[in-house]
Amino acid sequence: MAAEGSSIDALSQFRLGHGLGEVGRSVNFTNANEIMLLAAALILGLLYLGMRERAMVPGRLQALAETFYDFVYNMCIDQIGEEGKKFFPFVFTLFSFILFGNLLGLFPYFFTYTSHLAVTGALALLVIVLVTVVALRYHGLHFFTYFFPAGAPKLLAPLIIPIEILSYLSRPVSLSIRLFANMTAGHVMFEVFASFMIMLATALGVIGYVMALGPLVLNVALMGFELLVAFLQAYVFAILTCIYLHDAVHLH
Amino acid sequence: MPEDEQDEASFERRLAAARERHGLDAKPKAAGKDDPLPFNPFALMFRVGVELVSALAVGVAIGYGLDHWLGTQPLFLALFVVLGGAAGVLNVWRLVGPRPERDPPKAGRK
Repeated sequence: MAAEGSSIDALSQFRLGHGLGEVGRSVNFTNANEIMLLAAALILGLLYLGMRERAMVPGRLQALAETFYDFVYNMCIDQIGEEGKKFFPFVFTLFSFILFGNLLGLFPYFFTYTSHLAVTGALALLVIVLVTVVALRYHGLHFFTYFFPAGAPKLLAPLIIPIEILSYLSRPVSLSIRLFANMTAGHVMFEVFASFMIMLATALGVIGYVMALGPLVLNVALMGFELLVAFLQAYVFAILTCIYLHDAVHLH
Repeated sequence: MPEDEQDEASFERRLAAARERHGLDAKPKAAGKDDPLPFNPFALMFRVGVELVSALAVGVAIGYGLDHWLGTQPLFLALFVVLGGAAGVLNVWRLVGPRPERDPPKAGRK
């Protein structure tokens, strides 16, 4: 499906299909949903199986589960402060869901649900709605002073307030686009290099096979890079959520 | 047992010194001073671009929506494009500008 003639079809990998055969088709269960369920099952499985032993000296799986937990927990406390404990379950869910989505997407034939703006957009909206609700709960109507920095001249209010509101509203957009663009770009690059290999091999015969080693090496290197990006983007999403929650709780 | 206690104190001291020497104990870091996001010029460039574009996109969307609703075709679009661009610059300034101190000193700022 990759290369017909000289065209590279790099985007067909993001097309939604149906999962689970006929049953999935009749209820519109997509291949993205399949991987989401798999990610959720893996996360729950990791935590359940990892923590079942409750060993004093953790085994490998328990160490992984504990490290995972500690990592997100410390991130919450460091960024939000003591109140961060309240938001830990949310941030942990978000981080693990995105991380597993990014990582599962790197397997062949697996759909990368974080490469869809609908998914990342929904997650970012969830974050921003939560942040706004938290800010309103903590500060009531005082929250709206957030849009007008203390000490700014009153005369500039008609200019500053719309700009601050727009800046606030652009948070979910930038949050979702960053994750979506990173994942999409990485997977398009995989596809493009893989297409180069097929094109070289079909067009040039034996010499092409040798030359196809170039894109292959690039793809191998890219896989390492994408592993980094998969982790980093989940981290960035989670830490920005924490920073926004910090702003909501402390209202600078 | 003062001798024992002394031994223990000296042991703790020597242990701490040894751990320090090998860098085993994390230094107590100044709270909120470190930039939580990894610094990497390429990633920073990408983030700046995304911030600029997303604020502008929100501005365009709001302006277009208001125009569509009120039937004042180019007025709000023109206004909100400018405001969106300004909000984008504000986002970038928040990203790269000096960070306001976080938690500890809250004096003077709400």
